[in-house]
Amino acid sequence: MATGTEAAQEVVHHAATFADHLPVLQVLVPFVAAPLVVIIGARALAWPLAFAASFIATVIAAVLMLGVIDGEVISYAIGGWLPPLGIEYRIDAANAFVLLLISAISTVVLLYAKVSVADEIPEKNHTLFYAAYLLCLTGLLGVAATGDAFNVFVFLEISSLATYVLIAQGSYRDRRALTAAYDYLIMGTIGATFFVIGIGFLYMATGTLNMADMADRIAEQGSNRTVRAAFAFIVVGMGLKAAVYPLHLWLPNAYTHAPSAVTAFLAGTATKVAIYVLLRFMFSVFHPGFAFTYNTLEFIIVPLAILAMYAASIIAIFQNDFKRMLAYSSVAQIGYILLGIGLLTETGLTGAIVHLFNHGITKAVLFMGVGALALRVGGSWYDRIEGLGKTMPWTSAAIVIGGLSLIGVPGTAGFISKWVLVQAALEKGWWPVALLIVASSLLAVIYVWRVVEALYLKAPTGRAAEATDPPMMMLIPLWIAALACLWFGFETHVTIGAAQMAAQELLAGSTGMMAGAGDPAAVVGH
Amino acid sequence: MLSEFTWEFIVGHINYWLFIVLMMTGLYVVVARGNLVKKIVGLNIFQVSVFMLYISIGKITGGTAPIFPADNQGKIKLDPEIIYSNPLPHVLILTAIVVGIATTSLGLALIVRIHEEYGTIEEQAILKIEQDICRAEEQAHGEAMGGRV
Repeated sequence: MATGTEAAQEVVHHAATFADHLPVLQVLVPFVAAPLVVIIGARALAWPLAFAASFIATVIAAVLMLGVIDGEVISYAIGGWLPPLGIEYRIDAANAFVLLLISAISTVVLLYAKVSVADEIPEKNHTLFYAAYLLCLTGLLGVAATGDAFNVFVFLEISSLATYVLIAQGSYRDRRALTAAYDYLIMGTIGATFFVIGIGFLYMATGTLNMADMADRIAEQGSNRTVRAAFAFIVVGMGLKAAVYPLHLWLPNAYTHAPSAVTAFLAGTATKVAIYVLLRFMFSVFHPGFAFTYNTLEFIIVPLAILAMYAASIIAIFQNDFKRMLAYSSVAQIGYILLGIGLLTETGLTGAIVHLFNHGITKAVLFMGVGALALRVGGSWYDRIEGLGKTMPWTSAAIVIGGLSLIGVPGTAGFISKWVLVQAALEKGWWPVALLIVASSLLAVIYVWRVVEALYLKAPTGRAAEATDPPMMMLIPLWIAALACLWFGFETHVTIGAAQMAAQELLAGSTGMMAGAGDPAAVVGH
Repeated sequence: MLSEFTWEFIVGHINYWLFIVLMMTGLYVVVARGNLVKKIVGLNIFQVSVFMLYISIGKITGGTAPIFPADNQGKIKLDPEIIYSNPLPHVLILTAIVVGIATTSLGLALIVRIHEEYGTIEEQAILKIEQDICRAEEQAHGEAMGGRV
């Protein structure tokens, strides 16, 4: 004990450069900006501040990504307290990729949000809205950046609480947003509490909260009942947050009734972060070599994923509301991601991580498009958006690009990830699964066709006849995302390269997590 | 399997049994009660059970509060004979309690707004209102689409 206290006082404060602090700045910038927006209180400044914070976060994420794409690991000790005792931020290829996805989507959606939010939310709430948005971003970035298991829970709750508030803001258009937010609050809290029970069991079994340290100690002691219980609680808890098929009930209502900008942001980020946490725990903390991890993936996750691909797609076909259809399609797409994880091969994981990214931008395009349509015709029912292909050509064209990417047509981002997934299934010899992936894409053709039919093959009537393309502030972010959908359909070096590196690191398990730790030169603090 | 359940095992794990009972009570209340406020109460019981799990695992038999004895100059006098409880789970749970309070207050705020909009906080009544809205919408928009309801 005596040596412990003295050692703590003698921690060498490394003289670090500004760049060394990037992992913590990634989370701190939006975190500090959120209260600043409220304290300044000027409505005119709320949006510029939020946008600046989100943009800085994106730049930081891009710099971090460049630093770790070659397989390096950045370990940052918060407050100079060295891991495993202190809280550690650990950036490797897997979470740098997720950080970049979250912050980039947040920035693009914020650009779009200015007009959309002004239309959908009363003016008196704007400052608080942007503060909640920034807190949500902080939480999501924090979950991805941290290497400490309890810290994951804290950031998860920061983002969740902000999310409930953001969804409830839809109540000015439709009061059902309130019950959707309430349902999500109940289910989200149960999920987060299950997760924290799992972490409690892990702490009992290992005596540490640092994920890398945990992984080593679990590998040492092998499988026992406490560790298996922890695994079960964490998978179910995160499954609720990620909307894994039978646990998805909160998602359709929440996405349908939330304001358009919020839906575009959440669809691209919130469930993706939960899937990242699942990945992190399944592969980095619990080694996939354990029978319980392996069996859970093969006998529970894979069948549920395939069920999600079909059941949710079929429900999507029968929706009469564009936005609700997209919500169900999200549940189906999460199925593809989980299927890739369940294959437990490098190609499968690569496919899952690439699909996580590609589906994020695809859904951002589509939900932003829905918001643009709703701005002009007041809703996204198929009978209301009839003929908008003629009166809102630019918006409709972007929606078609997003739709094609959702189906997985060659030349779009969606094709790349589905191709890798099919390849992974064939590599493993699971050709029926490969066939199922292709066949389920046909269901996507049907539900996307219903939108195209309404947009292009009907004559515009009523409000649709007078509609025009939305202001440039909405059209530009919409097209940035749409062009990204096309760009990542051709330029696969960044996405597949980073995803492959992430997959290799994840499959390497605990040794991958320990690389760099314990080597004081690699640890920076202040 | 059953042979593990000796008297000593059951008594020795009393904190876990209480945790399980509380946790299941909380979850049951969330699922079974139709009143939105009662659901929040259930959620609170559920969360408190987890707090108790964490706090009880920090306890070490014979352990005292983790405060180092100091002499009158304020210098710490360490005595290796003293056993301390693990303070970390307690600190973690302080954070979780704050999260729990935030969740509860947000949940209650949502209930106030729901009551303003729907005039009730009974789940069945709210579901009924929402089903009526959905049916009317599907009717209006489905018919315009060519009678597909």
